[in-house]
Amino acid sequence: MIVRILDEGQYRLDSRFVDRLNEIDDMLVAVVAGSGAGSFDALFAQMLELVRTNGEPLGDSELAVSDVVLPSPSMGQDDLRALFTDEGVVPG
Amino acid sequence: MGMLSRLATVIKARMNQILAQSEDPAALLDYSYEKQRELLNDVKRGIVEVVTSRRRLELQAGKLRANLGKLEQQSRDALGAGREDLARLAIQRKQAATQQLEGLEAQIGDLETEQQKLQAAEAKLTAKVEAFRSRKELTKAQYSAAEAQVRIGEAATGLSEEMASVGLAIERAEHKTQDMRARASAIDELVEAGTLEELGSPAADRLDRELAQMTATQNVEAELAALKQQVHAPEARP
Repeated sequence: MIVRILDEGQYRLDSRFVDRLNEIDDMLVAVVAGSGAGSFDALFAQMLELVRTNGEPLGDSELAVSDVVLPSPSMGQDDLRALFTDEGVVPG
Repeated sequence: MGMLSRLATVIKARMNQILAQSEDPAALLDYSYEKQRELLNDVKRGIVEVVTSRRRLELQAGKLRANLGKLEQQSRDALGAGREDLARLAIQRKQAATQQLEGLEAQIGDLETEQQKLQAAEAKLTAKVEAFRSRKELTKAQYSAAEAQVRIGEAATGLSEEMASVGLAIERAEHKTQDMRARASAIDELVEAGTLEELGSPAADRLDRELAQMTATQNVEAELAALKQQVHAPEARP
């Protein structure tokens, strides 16, 4: 599958990692909701690391649509919340 | 709904906005070029704004740094003259200026990162549009019209995702420069209000005046002492 990290680029990642990505995603949601363990930053770093370590960067001449989009590494919890609000995506 | 699916929704909506401009692949291609030029201009404008904000912050940081040196010297002078109250005032100001400076330096670093990011995005988008152009030409030569249309459509979707992500990056950079501008204005106001006033400016503040007075008093005393010596010296002679 193709994974994009915003502000960074796209990676080709074996689909067996998709479960792990979703697992971390669920943990992130729990942290934002105030019910999860661990820190948002640490979990997000794990997610980025998973893609960078196991993925293969796509060349500039490839024009592929991503299956998964990760936020920019420079985005924090507040940035993401703002992004969703701006777009009118209802949280929850 | 997880963070990833929300973000996917955000990107998808932006891609659709880009793609919905035309249903015909030929028009879509023209639109892509147009959109690319637009985006590249946005990126360039974003870079200019980032650089301008950064320079302004750097200028302010330079002023604050100069103030730190002056305040340091003034606190020494004041203490040397036995004026602990003035020394304390100078040190208080020095600490306030130091805090401001640390904040500014962090933001300057932030803006530098933002600038590099936009430049990288610009380079990547240029490469992608170029790839799209050659892909389109190759595809038209190699495949039937119907097949070519599908393949070009796929490539266009890929390109639209790149554009959507660049668009997001630009918006975030603009948001950041707005924050920086607000902050820079706030610091300008502080400087004008005298909180971080440059010492020795026409509107010399209390610390300045008192230090100047102290020096003047010392000079008067020194001159008086010298005069006394001259006047009284002949009397001391036998």
